[in-house]
Amino acid sequence: MQIIIFFLPQLVLLLSMVLVFGIDLVGSNEKKWLPYLALAGSVISLAISLYLFGWVEVTEQTVLGGMIAIDSFALFFQIFAALVAGIIILLSMEYMDERSSSKGEYYSFILLASFSISLLSVSADLIMIFIAFELLSISSYILTGFLRNDGKGSEAAIKYFLYGSIASAMMLYGMSLLYGTTASTNLGQIAQNLSGIDSSLRWVVYPALVLLMVGFGYKTVAVPFHQWSPDAYEGAPTPVTAFLAVGSIGGGFAILIRVMLTGLPDFQVDWVALISALSILSMTLGNLVAISQKNIKRMLAYSGIAQAGYILIGLVSWGGWQAGNVFDGLSGILIYLLVYLVANLGAFAVVIAVENKIGSNQISDYAGLIKRSPLLAGTMVVFLLSLIGIPGTGGFVGKLMVFGAAMNMEYYFLAVIAIINSVIAGFYYLNVIRYMFFQPLDEPAREKIQLTRSLSSVIVLTCAFTLLMGIFAQPFIQFVQASLGIVAN
Amino acid sequence: MNFPVLSAITFTPLLLALIVLIIPKSKENWIRWATTILSLIPLALAIYIYIVVQADPGKMHFMEEYSWIPAIDVYYRMGVDGLSAIMLVLTTLLSTLCYYYAIYTIKNRVKEFYFLFLILQVGMSGVFVSLDFIFFYVFWEIGLVPMYLLIGVWGGERRIYASIKFFLYTLAGSMAMLLAIIAVYLETGTFNILEAAAAQPFAGNFVLSAVAFWAFFIAFAIKVPIFPFHTWLPDAHTEAPTTGSVILAGVLLKLGAYGLIRIVLPMFPKPFAYFSYNVPIIPILAVISIVYGALVCMAQWDLKRLIAYSSVSHMGYVTLGISAAAASLALPGGGGPEAVTSAIIGLNGASLQLFTHGIITGGLFFLVGMIYDRTHTRQIKDYGGLGSKLPYYYGIVMVTGFASLGLPGLAGFWSEFFVFRGAFAIMPVYAAIGVLGIVFTAAYILWKIVQFIFLGDFDQEKWDRVTHNAELTDMKTFEKVTMWPLVILMVLIGLYPSLVVRLLNGVSTALFGNF
Repeated sequence: MQIIIFFLPQLVLLLSMVLVFGIDLVGSNEKKWLPYLALAGSVISLAISLYLFGWVEVTEQTVLGGMIAIDSFALFFQIFAALVAGIIILLSMEYMDERSSSKGEYYSFILLASFSISLLSVSADLIMIFIAFELLSISSYILTGFLRNDGKGSEAAIKYFLYGSIASAMMLYGMSLLYGTTASTNLGQIAQNLSGIDSSLRWVVYPALVLLMVGFGYKTVAVPFHQWSPDAYEGAPTPVTAFLAVGSIGGGFAILIRVMLTGLPDFQVDWVALISALSILSMTLGNLVAISQKNIKRMLAYSGIAQAGYILIGLVSWGGWQAGNVFDGLSGILIYLLVYLVANLGAFAVVIAVENKIGSNQISDYAGLIKRSPLLAGTMVVFLLSLIGIPGTGGFVGKLMVFGAAMNMEYYFLAVIAIINSVIAGFYYLNVIRYMFFQPLDEPAREKIQLTRSLSSVIVLTCAFTLLMGIFAQPFIQFVQASLGIVAN
Repeated sequence: MNFPVLSAITFTPLLLALIVLIIPKSKENWIRWATTILSLIPLALAIYIYIVVQADPGKMHFMEEYSWIPAIDVYYRMGVDGLSAIMLVLTTLLSTLCYYYAIYTIKNRVKEFYFLFLILQVGMSGVFVSLDFIFFYVFWEIGLVPMYLLIGVWGGERRIYASIKFFLYTLAGSMAMLLAIIAVYLETGTFNILEAAAAQPFAGNFVLSAVAFWAFFIAFAIKVPIFPFHTWLPDAHTEAPTTGSVILAGVLLKLGAYGLIRIVLPMFPKPFAYFSYNVPIIPILAVISIVYGALVCMAQWDLKRLIAYSSVSHMGYVTLGISAAAASLALPGGGGPEAVTSAIIGLNGASLQLFTHGIITGGLFFLVGMIYDRTHTRQIKDYGGLGSKLPYYYGIVMVTGFASLGLPGLAGFWSEFFVFRGAFAIMPVYAAIGVLGIVFTAAYILWKIVQFIFLGDFDQEKWDRVTHNAELTDMKTFEKVTMWPLVILMVLIGLYPSLVVRLLNGVSTALFGNF
């Protein structure tokens, strides 16, 4: 019975999803309050998971025959998922009101997708991982193509679907190879069996590793498995883009960390090499391509690829965690995910506010934003600076932790490539600031932008947290350090 | 607990910035005057610090230390010695003058201007008082964003190009520094600047210490700027609004040199000495900066660009002085007590040059702004014969210009004299080449500025053509008020350099006492 409370955050998400979906079916009148029901579900889920995190002793264990892991690492991602769900729902309200009438389905899929992120983070068995992974993917495909009449959205959904199914299939193949070598689907068991593995069987693990990485790389948008993301990001409804850019990536990292650290610690040398290569490719390609983007959603997509590259550095240099060093990669990843969550969702909130008003996502249409809405322009600067990693914002703390971890583990080349990339990234983030502040406004577009309450609350909150994490980083770092439970054992 | 003077001096501008944010946009005059008058508080505090530090300039005063992010060992650490105190006086003085000058010259987006400028002041003061690497780094970068926006919004024609270039150059440097900071932390286990310096990171491994040294050095060299990292400077200075150029030349460039003196020299004396003496890359770069900067000035017809390049040249003296001081450590047999004396003199010259260049070039940029506001041209050839028309302006330019070329009796003389007095004893060849810079400086100031702008006959017809019938008025009251404090300081320090040198000497002596 004790154990069931650890599932409460997930159950609440699931329950509110069912409720939203079910109530929508009853009667034919439009229910304006459905989004608030969904929001309430995610807030309750967030509250419970925060309560569990802070006030309940978490004994690390696996339940249901090793299918599900209960640990503070998983709790961290319950918080993450509920937070993402809540913010995305707030972002969607005005946007979806104008574009779609089937609100019930939309919000229930947002809840379902968030639920699958938290399910992914507790999965400790290959079967469970695959189910959660597919659940997340499928709800993401549907959300991407949710606006049926939008040609770009449908195209994006198809591309995303084709790419995703191939990636899932390859991952499944990798899993079956792993099962073939170790005769188990349980991550802990796999690790045990691999440690005493016959050297003639060892070679099977390498392709399995690569194939698994195809799946995880696709979720964490690591180059070269990123090709779906710019099109999907551009075509999807903007709140969904925000979800893909933050939530989906977070889920990908959760499972990537757990599989690598719990399931394949003996092949550390190999996956560290593989992931450093992916990290370098992601940072470099993401940043270089982002420079030439004219559409802000595409730019954020490519910049997200680069950010994923920085986060991967944390996993590469995870080893410092055991030595009890100040800079360790795993806390780096989690803190980076948190600052990335607030800064990126904040930036998307601004994008949505602008899109709602002028119906465009071209960076050049941000000209003179400072005149049209000082709040939007001012907060956007904070978000972009955080993404660059300027001190005073959370992004700096994230970068400091991750780069520090890389230096600590003597991966100097990674650190050097990362800082070169940070400078390149400065260029395209500044480009947006340049348009907002320096470009004169075209005469006809001189209207002010009014914000709805839901959008402005997201913008103010994320901006406040971006600054808070930069200036009073201590509680946040303690929080992520407390989140690192069993994964590394 | 004592009153936290340093926190107050650093964060008063932040408080002012928040006040500016609250005042409604329509009350522009409130914003202007409130900022200007209240900015006298940090100035007064700086003077107070200056007086207190007199007692023992070589040691840290007003220390503050609080735990800030214990999880990663980051502290809120502040302290001032003689050098920081002088730099604080410079920062707060120039900031106040800029706020005052901007009352009359900044007409659009007043609120944003004052807000950004105040944030910039927080960053600058913070750098001069921080004693923790991460804390230092935070302030170092905070100044970057407002300066970027100041250039980009209020700048000249090519402002967008100049602002991006400024930002990316500095960002590149500071990212390299961040890695070096982490490396030093991993080696010494502390972010405390003084403790890390005392621990002499990587002292046993020359290659590693050289790499860390260059990472810091390049970060600071970009800011100074030292050739070949100087190319952002002419663009940024030329395109920035007058007040922006003043702060850029007056204070921001000093941040880099301050970093060299405060961090690089104490922490990496061996590589610094090695690359100053055995493999003399740094003095060569310093000499190139001096001579090349001065030569470009000779060929430059854009007045503001000319002053910008003169900064490259003059900051070269600073580099030469610091590098001479460092080189003394590599002299065969330690060089004896004379070498130490010369090193201290050279370092004093370099630090003094930070202050004198700040007030002199700050003043020159104000003066350029004043003539530009009247004529809307910066082309030296468009002027001519103004001496008889603008006698007051002519007089002030003469004093400032002569201070800049190092006329004895004015501030610029002492800093150059000390630098070369130190450098000749330690690296005579580079000092001898560097002296050429002084000759060229005299040439371009006398020839370009004095002769072309003020001497000769005034040609009314040409004047009307190039300036579209601009009115010729001599300095207005607010312009005089802006310039007088600077001129007084130039004369005062020229006559009685001990006013500043006493403090700097304390710092240099303490530094060399440790080696």
